[in-house]
Amino acid sequence: MIVPILSLTVLGVVLGLILGLAARYFKVEGNPLVDELEALLPGSQCGQCGYPGCTGAAQALADGTAPLTLCPPGGRAVVAALAAKLGVEVDLSGVQDAVPSIADVREELCIGCTRCYKVCPTDAILGAAKHIHAVFKEACTACGSCVDVCPTEAILLRQVPPTLQSWSWVKPGSQPLAANEGALAA
Amino acid sequence: MSEYLLLLLGAALVNNVVLVKFLGLCPFMGVSKKMDGALGMGMATTFVLTLTTAATWLLEHWLLAPLGIQYLRILAFILVIAAVVQFTEMVIRKSSPALYQVLGIYLPLITTNCAVLGLAILNVQEKHAFVESLLYGFGSALGFTLVLLLFTGLRERLALAQMSDMLAGAPIGFITAGLLSLAFMGFAGLA
Repeated sequence: MIVPILSLTVLGVVLGLILGLAARYFKVEGNPLVDELEALLPGSQCGQCGYPGCTGAAQALADGTAPLTLCPPGGRAVVAALAAKLGVEVDLSGVQDAVPSIADVREELCIGCTRCYKVCPTDAILGAAKHIHAVFKEACTACGSCVDVCPTEAILLRQVPPTLQSWSWVKPGSQPLAANEGALAA
Repeated sequence: MSEYLLLLLGAALVNNVVLVKFLGLCPFMGVSKKMDGALGMGMATTFVLTLTTAATWLLEHWLLAPLGIQYLRILAFILVIAAVVQFTEMVIRKSSPALYQVLGIYLPLITTNCAVLGLAILNVQEKHAFVESLLYGFGSALGFTLVLLLFTGLRERLALAQMSDMLAGAPIGFITAGLLSLAFMGFAGLA
């Protein structure tokens, strides 16, 4: 009993030590700007910007290939922080604080054409021909590609309805008060 | 000497890991769209396979067998393989960022490439000595690289060929892989 436990533990510790040393020895000096930009992004890896996670987005920002307004969940605060970090002027008027939203199928309009579920990048739409489609809200990133292809305008982006797990008291003086109340009323 | 050569050739061609033993099919289908990616994947797998066959042989004969805990073989082997793959990833990231970009997600996936674990266990089953194990692993990895490169060449040409939508892409890839496998069965006559 004790021999297998001990030997596997020792094996794991030794391998971990080797890997730890290797990580230090083979450390790659990345672009420090990328790390700083990534720290400003929300870090939720939602993929709404179209890059694979916040690291990819930070890389694109550092390369100058992406606009500062690329992050929908970040809203105004992130755009302002990124602009300050990169030292550029940016017009904040077009940016609004987006509330987390998901696609929602209006069942009375859905004709079951399956077009939305073919374009969904995260397979968040369940459906079959001539059956009403449904959205998995855990998988939906609110990218909006299904909204464009729907022939009957049955899909809308709607803010995520608060659940018992996600609802919380609004902090005093915080901005998205109205949004929260709207969601509750709906 | 000639028996070593036979072992190497047998592992690479006659008992090819991908087309005869059907191990490691994920990278075979996944990284075979572009030649440089396939070459990089082949090199990385060769490196990892040779290292892991050596490491697992040492583990089996110096730790598991003396202590009589061979029933922990799969667990211990996977641990070593994962560590070696991590190590390879670090080395490649340091030494060749371009290759690191090309391999992308498939590099960590070598851990779950069943050819790596499969060969380590086959080595134990066939009671290979240390040098034989190394050659068997290296030969199999060469076979893997060869088949991957052949298949990538075929797929690069197939991408340009005209065919019905039903077949284009993955389906014709699978059919080609099947035909390639049939062709490799012909090497059984060498043995």
